Amino acid sequence: MSRLNVNPTRMELRRLKTRLKTAVRGHKLLKDKSDEMIRQFISFAKQNKTLREEIEGELRDALKFFMLAGAVMGEENIEQIFSMPSMSISISTGIKNIMGVDVPNLEILSTDGSLPYAITSVPSDMDTAILKLNSLAEKLLRLAEIEKTCNMLAREIEKNRRRVNALEFVMIPQLNETIKYIMMKLDENERSTIIRLMKVKSLLDKQEKA
Amino acid sequence: MTGGKVAVIGEKQVVTAFKAIGFDTFYASTSQATTDIVRRLVKDNAYAVIFITEDVAKGMDETLAILKSRSYPIVVPLPALESNGYGMECIKKDVERAIGIDILFNKNE
Repeated sequence: MSRLNVNPTRMELRRLKTRLKTAVRGHKLLKDKSDEMIRQFISFAKQNKTLREEIEGELRDALKFFMLAGAVMGEENIEQIFSMPSMSISISTGIKNIMGVDVPNLEILSTDGSLPYAITSVPSDMDTAILKLNSLAEKLLRLAEIEKTCNMLAREIEKNRRRVNALEFVMIPQLNETIKYIMMKLDENERSTIIRLMKVKSLLDKQEKA
Repeated sequence: MTGGKVAVIGEKQVVTAFKAIGFDTFYASTSQATTDIVRRLVKDNAYAVIFITEDVAKGMDETLAILKSRSYPIVVPLPALESNGYGMECIKKDVERAIGIDILFNKNE
């Protein structure tokens, strides 16, 4: 521990005491913030995990159908069919504030359109695949949103923890130490003044008697 | 702000499927190529979400780490035909980063 390099004066003492008060209060607030962020983070992380698991399964399913259809039709045909996609998706992007962290907020505006091909020209597996994927789209975007939220919260929690630690283990001990040092110094000065006065008085007394 | 488009980057066979549901698709089979595409897309600022298949996302940790600190675009590793666990790995890393230990995954292992 090291004390700050300040003059041991009453003014400095007062200043440091206010700083200590602020630091302690800030520390408490940041600690509360950290607790709440972790609570929220855990719930998001859990959602994230289940959502990802679901998507992994469903996507594999959908893509399997797609591959199957692709194997029947041949690669060029597939490319031709999808060269002019008729379905479109548009999303609106916003910002949501969670515990002071700006996280993205997606909203699907519309997913419209129909199958981009004549229904008789492709195997039915393709229809299944595309319908499945289409219903997955919303989930995928939701996953994106939650995953990003998790990322950003994790980062913020880490940053916040550093701040809390800096206050707890550096700032506050330093201030305490310095305050103690100044108080000792002031007391010492006071004592030496008293002694000096006593000495002077006894000297004066002696002179008077003589 | 950021545009509202969705991009998918990955191997041709997988990615074509997403074209059908209105996502914009880009083909790349290596992490290097993907990184280039991602850079371009981020610069364009037209995409809100960029999905990258896990296979190619695996080798581009650095780029992904930079993008993680901004709110848009959202870059997400996407499990393709079979998942190699990269996406889950990312969640795990986040949890470890925030809490210090992994409390979500070690239960079922």
